[in-house]
Amino acid sequence: MSTGTWRNRGHPAWWAFLVHRLSGVALSLFLPVHFAALSRALDGPAGLDAFLAWTHAPLVVASEIALVLALALHLTGGLRLLLVEFSGWRSEAQKTAIAVAGGAAVSLAIAFALNVV
Amino acid sequence: MSARLETRLWLAQRLSAAVLALCVAVHLTTMIVAVRGGLTATDILGRTRGSLGWGAFYALFVVAVSIHAPLGLRTVAAEWLGFRGRAADAIFALFGVVVFLLGGLAIAAVTR
Amino acid sequence: MSATLAVDVWRGGADGRFQAFSVPRRDAQTVLDVVTHIQRRLDPTLAYRFACRVGMCGSCAMTVNGRPRWTCRTHVSEVAPEGRLEIAPLEHLPIVRDLVTDMREFFDKWARARSQFKPTATRRDDFATVAPHSAERRAVDEAIECIGCAVCYAACDVVGWNPDYLGPAALNRAWTLHNDRRDGARPERLAAVAGDAGCHACHTQASCTERCPKHLSPTASIAGLKRATALAVLRGEL
Repeated sequence: MSTGTWRNRGHPAWWAFLVHRLSGVALSLFLPVHFAALSRALDGPAGLDAFLAWTHAPLVVASEIALVLALALHLTGGLRLLLVEFSGWRSEAQKTAIAVAGGAAVSLAIAFALNVV
Repeated sequence: MSARLETRLWLAQRLSAAVLALCVAVHLTTMIVAVRGGLTATDILGRTRGSLGWGAFYALFVVAVSIHAPLGLRTVAAEWLGFRGRAADAIFALFGVVVFLLGGLAIAAVTR
Repeated sequence: MSATLAVDVWRGGADGRFQAFSVPRRDAQTVLDVVTHIQRRLDPTLAYRFACRVGMCGSCAMTVNGRPRWTCRTHVSEVAPEGRLEIAPLEHLPIVRDLVTDMREFFDKWARARSQFKPTATRRDDFATVAPHSAERRAVDEAIECIGCAVCYAACDVVGWNPDYLGPAALNRAWTLHNDRRDGARPERLAAVAGDAGCHACHTQASCTERCPKHLSPTASIAGLKRATALAVLRGEL
């Protein structure tokens, strides 16, 4: 029985947790793909270039931006967690920290998006 | 797994996180700069080919992520899929080894 | 504002269901008033717990409109502006009947965390000197007011996902004892709170801190235990 669950969640630190977890899973699953793609360079630049040409497709560009966003979110959220866990920082300013982390990550993703298109 | 070992794994997770924070900061900056005007193999390889510096940097990156990612996935699997115990530990350790080997291969590919 | 409240109350055990009641609305009414009215005037078979009814004992904790709260301190006007209430027992604890949960595991986990004071002095020793403004004592003071109401335990998702997890209350109490210079069980306690069932399972979701009626922060206490256990590992003490 979970009459409570979703109404009990949904506060800022909880969303920060969910974003951190989902971005981490996405990045972990992407990693082997990323390494496999780079390994194509073993065939010389031509092999890697053929793959990189594929990455100009709009869907792929969108996925790249999403991945960069995931990476940036996981980084900034992770820094916040390291701060909370290792510095004894109590919760009152947490909402500000979450806002800063989220904003910084989105800024990074926008910077990437503007440069990749 | 003993509480002692689990504590050490937690510490490894946090230490690798700190290393990754630095690596990812560099990686994100590099990506944002490098992707301008389109990304080609020549761009990437021009930076990494024969470079001991980039090789060492990516080696550190791969080692840290080979520790960090499997430990994270292990927790998610335990909490959301109920998949825990020795089989789970073995599978995620194996994932770590796979990431390490694939990462090593990728580094070799771009630094040769 | 309506003259009556539409109240759904959980009846039965884990396989029970909500039963609807209509309760007259009153000024300054609390959710505990509502539950009491139902049991006294409408259905005497309703089982629920309360004791002090003034926010001191924590016995009346239940899930109100999806969130764990003290029902004696929850004003109906705050949580039911449209006149609808949903009252259920606390999450993550076996249901005895209706709104009553079996609290044994909650307290068993306190014992497993060694969250009990172990005295070291005898009547022949002088009083211990504890500087009230020392960092240690301030850490204790910030976390000591826990009355074991289990709202944090009900609020914590990790408790739901990880059956062995000791939970925010047990770990919060462990932190206060870790910082108590009179206590003699520090090494055993650190060993007890370390690992996947202990402080390292906390993901800083902070639902415990968000819902604690005494405004404690088990999140901060657990972070303290993470630091203490990490230090113990690095020193070879754990």
